[in-house]
Amino acid sequence: MSTVDIDIQSAADAHGHDDHDDHHEQGFFEKYVFSLDHKVIAKQFLITGILWAFIGGLLSAIFRIQLAFPDADLTFMKPLLGEWIDAQGKMDTEFYLAAVTMHGTIMVFFVLTAGLSGTFSNFLIPLQIGARDMASGFMNMLSYWFFFLAGAIMLTSLFTSTGPASGGWVIYPPLSALPQAMSGSGLGMTLWLVSMAFFIVSTLLGGINYITTVINLRTEGMSFSKLPLTIWAFFLTAVIGLLSFPVLLSAALLLIFDRSFGTSFYLSQIYIGGEALPNVGGSPLLFQHLFWFLGHPEVYIVLLPALGITSEIISTNSRKPIFGYRAMIGSMIGIGFLSFIVWAHHMFVSGLNPFLGSVFMFLTLIIAVPSAVKTFNYITTLWRGNLVLTPAMLFSIGLVSLFISGGVTGIVLGNSAIDIQLHDTYFVVAHFHLVMGSASFFGMMAGVYHWFPKMFGRMMNEKLGYVHFWFTFIGVYMVFFPMHYIGIAGFPRRYYSFTNFDAFSTFTDLQIVISVAAFITLSAQFIFAFNFFFSIFKGKLAPLNPWRSTTLEWTTPRLPGHGNWPGKIPSVFRWPYDYSKPGSKEDFIPQNVPFSQTSESNTDMENDLGKLEEGDKKDEDKNNEIH
Amino acid sequence: MAALLLISGVVFLVAILALIYRIFTLVSIAKGSTKQRVSTSNKINAILFPILFVVGFGAIFIYSGIASEDFLPVAASAHGSETDFLFWLTMAIIGVAFFATHVLLFWFPFKYQFKESRSAYFQPHNDTLEIIWTVVPALVMTGLVLSGWMVWTDITSPAPDDAVKIEVMGKQFNWEVRYPGKDSELGKHNFRKIDATNSMGIDFRDPKSIDDFIARDIHLPKGQPVLLKIRARDVLHSVFMPHFRVKMDAVPGMPTQFWFTPIKTTAEMREELSLDPAWQKIDPKTGEPRFKNFNYELACTEVCGSGHFAMRKVIIVDEPAEFNKWYNEQDSWASKNKEYLSSIGINLDLADNQ
Repeated sequence: MSTVDIDIQSAADAHGHDDHDDHHEQGFFEKYVFSLDHKVIAKQFLITGILWAFIGGLLSAIFRIQLAFPDADLTFMKPLLGEWIDAQGKMDTEFYLAAVTMHGTIMVFFVLTAGLSGTFSNFLIPLQIGARDMASGFMNMLSYWFFFLAGAIMLTSLFTSTGPASGGWVIYPPLSALPQAMSGSGLGMTLWLVSMAFFIVSTLLGGINYITTVINLRTEGMSFSKLPLTIWAFFLTAVIGLLSFPVLLSAALLLIFDRSFGTSFYLSQIYIGGEALPNVGGSPLLFQHLFWFLGHPEVYIVLLPALGITSEIISTNSRKPIFGYRAMIGSMIGIGFLSFIVWAHHMFVSGLNPFLGSVFMFLTLIIAVPSAVKTFNYITTLWRGNLVLTPAMLFSIGLVSLFISGGVTGIVLGNSAIDIQLHDTYFVVAHFHLVMGSASFFGMMAGVYHWFPKMFGRMMNEKLGYVHFWFTFIGVYMVFFPMHYIGIAGFPRRYYSFTNFDAFSTFTDLQIVISVAAFITLSAQFIFAFNFFFSIFKGKLAPLNPWRSTTLEWTTPRLPGHGNWPGKIPSVFRWPYDYSKPGSKEDFIPQNVPFSQTSESNTDMENDLGKLEEGDKKDEDKNNEIH
Repeated sequence: MAALLLISGVVFLVAILALIYRIFTLVSIAKGSTKQRVSTSNKINAILFPILFVVGFGAIFIYSGIASEDFLPVAASAHGSETDFLFWLTMAIIGVAFFATHVLLFWFPFKYQFKESRSAYFQPHNDTLEIIWTVVPALVMTGLVLSGWMVWTDITSPAPDDAVKIEVMGKQFNWEVRYPGKDSELGKHNFRKIDATNSMGIDFRDPKSIDDFIARDIHLPKGQPVLLKIRARDVLHSVFMPHFRVKMDAVPGMPTQFWFTPIKTTAEMREELSLDPAWQKIDPKTGEPRFKNFNYELACTEVCGSGHFAMRKVIIVDEPAEFNKWYNEQDSWASKNKEYLSSIGINLDLADNQ
């Protein structure tokens, strides 16, 4: 295997050098717009993701106003929402659903899938495995621009007169299939489907690239057992995405057929708008199966990269190796595999055969085990560490906390008997916003703070980072934790107001607390936005390895150019977690430092490896002489 | 509640102000001491974790007591008390896990904050520990799965033969409820027969339909199994009876069902709630204590369009005798709509004679 690697490597080297030899000035478009460089594409994903996060957040603020103040006069929002606020100052009920739907769609797909995976897989895979770029720079560029197109179409749908898709982010037919059922199921839904089709293309182009790059372009010595956990996470995420997103595409395709070509995949025996429709024989449950076959792995598509990023950051800033490196990989593989066979736990009360419900309950609760292992490993990594609480580290600790608090309630919901009562209540909203929404968001923030110096060659302001963290951490808990209470009280999701029911007439003051906390948390994100954009231009210049980290990206120049390393790509000799190794002078040993240079901290086996390295080096020198 | 709000708000503000203060004071200090690996901020962040732990868990503890007053009353169905027990059992287990992990997670940043003099403990793995915390959650999960599975199997088992059949149909944006009438058999329905009058699409060529009646409120007999035959006319809806811990989607083209046994009449529930201080509060809408107007309710929990939040129907649980009385007093839909029936070619008087 090493010979193969070396061959690819030398070819890549030669290529890299060529690029530098015929260096020509790239135009603005080539450099920043239609760039093939993975680092630029990563930044494009990141900045687009941040903009989408603000749009998604703003939408949530709009519906939180409605939920907290159902009787208020909302005329002040008329300049923004126009006819969606009626003459009495009341929000349109369908617009409320549209806001909820678009908030979900945007956050899940555009922010936490594209913004997270797109950014960090692109940025870190080549830099951490020691590659000049992605396997296909062109496909990578296409991936971003398909995402951009998807976003442009989705954004357009917000401004149509019938409103954007509004049947919930899960777009269950028949509601989403019939424009008679709600106005958002007209043009808005068509645009949603077209946008998602492009988005899936983008994800697949990206995913194929990530997988190929990780398998083929690792530098000399970078075996899979020496890969940083970030790369493992991105790799598994890409595999999961590649297997599940096509299923969503087919679900969407059949829905398009039902909507536009009179087929009956999901429609049967429907009377609506004063007429009986001709469709018979279809099944709304088919859509739910197809949707959740993606939908559940999607949870891990947004979560695994965040967990990978966190592993890296916690280890670095604890100045300790990640505890249980192999167990971490094993858990991720386990979670990735199980994520494909738990989808029907979203459908316990959909009319699914109860026996299937039992099977899926069993499979679902198994997934708690690898998740628990990961949590314990994070906590044990902190134990007896020497903790440097950078903003990235704070967000990572925050992630672990959110992963626990949101994860444990999954045990409640995964139990089909209990889920009868809790399904589609605020308990579910609390659960997934903590474990999937907030935890992934924290992972993304941690990643931005941690790799900002490598992305832009400058440091973000730490103090603002701390303020941002504490606001956000306390904020998300204030927003989502109280939702458990509301859920236990039985409040259903996606309700415009609760005043119609005696059972749901309580907790009006808690709704206000949640909304106020949401507004504060959202406002705090502007601290981040300011810090981020200001630091790109005015931040302090970053040192080469600001966090004293072991991975390869910190061996590049301050602002790595095209090809990442000016000379030869460094070789890798050790795993990425040699922090505070007994006997070592520094509290970290980078991956590219051979064992032969660290005899003071080597184990016996590593000393032997060191000798082998020396032998290899002599052979190589000899070879060079012959050539 | 307001006091709690105030306290948490104040704590929030103080934490923020303290941080902002540090920012300004430390800017100058930090400038002079670039050689240090960490600044004073590390200490502040480290101490904030245990503080947040105490404040956070304190708030959860206090507020859980307050919030529980507004939770749903005890389950009014036989299976409901079992699922409630499972729920609170699981909550207790995960509550312990949540608390224990957070003790460590929020203590370690303080305890092991960076010190130049100390070095971290190099510990790549510990197989014994890892086996323990793989096996223990696995065992706990197995226990939970098994107990959940037993309850789930009971709930989803076939309904007893003597169950009272009730058809519940969801449509935009209300529920329609049909009882089988004297023959205890629901007549057929067909979505093609739906029109402005026959909103449930009852097929009157089926003789069993003739005595079916449609009720304004849902009446249920106490202590008898009830089988809900659930369907939807246009889009997905979901039958949710929070007090009975009942939920099942209504799917167009695919009938679903759910059976359960109500164990408390509406009157009994009102009486029970009259002892609860939270229910003794005066309802501003009626000027009476809340328990007086307590009603079981049916809601929709599958988003179905603009009126999703307003699909309410009142459920009344009666003593069996009262229920039978009410049941027998109801006029069949057919007898109330003779003209409609003759317009579709069915003569009710003839049908009666058959």
